[in-house]
Amino acid sequence: MLELFRFPGGIKPDAHKEESARTPIAPAPLPPLLVVPFRQSATGGVDIRVKVGERVLKGQCIGSAEGPFGTCVHAPTSGTVIGIESRTLPHPSALAAPCAIIEADGEDAWRERVPLEPFSTDPAKLRTRIREAGIVGLGGAVFPSHVKMNAHIETLVINGAECEPWITCDDRLMRERAPTIVAGAAIIRHLMGAKRILFGIEDNKPDAAAAMRAAVEAAGGKDMQVIPVPTRYPAGGEKQMIRVLTGIEIPYGKLGPDFGVQCFNVGTAHAVARAVLHDEPLICRIVTLAGNYARPGNVEARIGTPIDALLALGEPKPDTDRIVMGGPMMGFVLPESSLPVVKATNCLLAMSPALFPPPPPEMPCIRCGACTRACPMILQPHELYWYARSKNFGKAQEYHLFDCIECGCCAYVCPSHIPLVDYYRFAKSEIRAREREKAAADRARERYEFRKFREEREKAEKAARLAAKAAETKAKLAQEGAAAVIAAAQSRAHPEGKDEA
Amino acid sequence: MAYAPHISQDVSVRVVMLKVLIALLPGIFAYVWFFGPAILVQILLASVTALSAEALMLKLRGKPVLLFVTDGSALVTAWLVALTFPPIVPWWLTVTGVLIAILVVKHLYGGLGQNPFNPAMVAFCAMIVAYPQLMSQWPRAEMNTFEPMLRAIFASDRQLDAIVMATPLDALRTILRDPEQRATIAGILGSHATFGNIGGRGWEWVAAGYLVGGLWLLKQRIITWHVPVAFAVTLALVATTFNIANPDRFVGANFHLFTGGAMLGAFFIATDPVSGSTTPLGKIIFAAGAALLTWIIRSFGAYPDGMAFAILLMNLFVPLIDMLTQPKVFGHRRKSER
Ligand code: SF4
Ligand code: SF4
Repeated sequence: MLELFRFPGGIKPDAHKEESARTPIAPAPLPPLLVVPFRQSATGGVDIRVKVGERVLKGQCIGSAEGPFGTCVHAPTSGTVIGIESRTLPHPSALAAPCAIIEADGEDAWRERVPLEPFSTDPAKLRTRIREAGIVGLGGAVFPSHVKMNAHIETLVINGAECEPWITCDDRLMRERAPTIVAGAAIIRHLMGAKRILFGIEDNKPDAAAAMRAAVEAAGGKDMQVIPVPTRYPAGGEKQMIRVLTGIEIPYGKLGPDFGVQCFNVGTAHAVARAVLHDEPLICRIVTLAGNYARPGNVEARIGTPIDALLALGEPKPDTDRIVMGGPMMGFVLPESSLPVVKATNCLLAMSPALFPPPPPEMPCIRCGACTRACPMILQPHELYWYARSKNFGKAQEYHLFDCIECGCCAYVCPSHIPLVDYYRFAKSEIRAREREKAAADRARERYEFRKFREEREKAEKAARLAAKAAETKAKLAQEGAAAVIAAAQSRAHPEGKDEA
Repeated sequence: MAYAPHISQDVSVRVVMLKVLIALLPGIFAYVWFFGPAILVQILLASVTALSAEALMLKLRGKPVLLFVTDGSALVTAWLVALTFPPIVPWWLTVTGVLIAILVVKHLYGGLGQNPFNPAMVAFCAMIVAYPQLMSQWPRAEMNTFEPMLRAIFASDRQLDAIVMATPLDALRTILRDPEQRATIAGILGSHATFGNIGGRGWEWVAAGYLVGGLWLLKQRIITWHVPVAFAVTLALVATTFNIANPDRFVGANFHLFTGGAMLGAFFIATDPVSGSTTPLGKIIFAAGAALLTWIIRSFGAYPDGMAFAILLMNLFVPLIDMLTQPKVFGHRRKSER
């Protein structure tokens, strides 16, 4: 048996998983109109590869990856691109970005697919496939997976913790499609040269763990282990999961491979297998409908499906007053429900005042230390709050503000109901903005200094040139003068020379 | 709520404070049992004063009065003032003490959560410096007649000889300091009606009551083990060491722990989160420092019980202690390991 480690802090909120975990994943119907944002990963840009009026096939790349951090975007069904326009994205910042509006033709016709045999294929080619399949971390962070796979590791961690209350998409995925997840994990292991795979699953999901164990056994199960981890939020945080399974603590600014370990979500492993073995790019994902629904559950929805259409499947109860994308700990309230499903949409939590009562009024911090005991990063949340609030950003950074993973444990336990995470987000964005400003100012100063330098250099060069020219002229004059003098002297010396010559 | 997290634990400042008040009840019960109900009068007096002062200040400062007055923090301060003062001090002394705690120490420093000093302890120190006489009159153990105490509290004419007696700490120091008596600890403890089996007569039960309440607070996770353990262990260690070195001059650990404000201090005063240290190591240093100073003042100082002064002194060092005892952040190594 593997020795488990404890991560510090953490909380135990009510899980509320039963409601949505009961029924199998249902396919969401194909909507008539899909809105596919071209930006689907946490980093990098895309080159738009379709034009308005163009017919696209299911799985066709409509936006290709730009730069090493970009990922591709695909048509989720066959149809016609009837528009490319800027639309609001379901993102905490509520920014707008270009999207392809695709009218489905109902045929759902695939482009040509070329499955790969993973273990005889060149790793570079596999990585390209994963990149071109648009695979990003499906735990919610949507970081491009091919970037994370570009390393050599000892231990591959596959994260099936799903510790946020209410969310069950990974739970259902593991119960229903464990063999695919294991196949995907095996591909990633091969790609990264890992020796062993550890599947971490919170122990409140025994069915998922059993299914995964069976799949591991069926696959030969060499150096693969399914490990139940204690149910404690945020056990599914990447750093916490790695810590629990391997004892390794990855500090801010360091990456898993620096310590010989890398972590992927079960949904991501599943997507990798589909992409490599079936050449299916990431055009759909499982979305949990939980909270104030008449029919909670999990649906498999195409990227680009209007969220409204998914909500209708769950039938929100009449007193539903907002929809949160993600879980109650880290999710955010959607500004409107007409936005499209994106790769980060793991859960659409319907909220009502009865189910999620508004917080009591905020009180001053009494330094009770509850937040400190709950913080999984061993930060001093009340100190961070104090410095963020007083805009003492330097101090906030000294107290490791950027190590905060915004898990919300501190705010959850705070008896004064201080929205602590908001303060940290505010401080972080201010610091980043200032750094950007400073960088811009630095660049401007550098430009200015370079211009001055160039002007001075040019002036110096000009001066040098002038001086050289002057010297030349002088020398010439001197020479001419000398010649004249010589001539004069000669003529004087040989007055009659001319005659001689 | 528009921002994450969208759920929160069902706790509030009010619940925290209420639990502190509940935890004080066993000690108060023992107090009433051994020393009569006068303490209840003082607690009532202190509570009314504290709530009124709190409401007034909140109003003046433009804060939501009802919300803050009902948070329970003023009551905790009031009860601690009442419990550290002798139960037969005149009513105006209690009122003045509470007013100092609430008006000056709490609100002039910015209200709930902002005071660098423990309000109840400032009140105690101010009053013992201003009225040392009144602040040293404690009732006899098993002094259950209510009426003379009430007269002591409310009537200006104080005929106290019948009810007043030195506290165990006071008695001990007075006798020890009197060269005429040539007394030894063992002799004093055995001969004197002030002393019980462990600490002061009756007081040991009150202390036990605080201990029970404190352990319950610990179980409720309102406080952590660091402060009470560090306080008790330090006090016990120092007392034992000196007791062994010179048993005639220095009294032992049991006596120190179960007399005066030690238990109340360990569980309810040094644990005050607002004015105390917040890091785990910091709490230990804070409490150990407070215990050491308590012992020093008790053994050599001018006042019988040094706990209040000790805690205020340690309050001064809190920012420094907190700064120097930051725990190792997840994944980071300590400065010394780098
Ligand atoms: S939990 Fe809240 S009140 Fe307690 S120390 Fe942390 S921020 Fe302050
Ligand atoms: S949100 Fe940040 S400070 Fe709060 S508990 Fe999580 S990591 Fe710690």
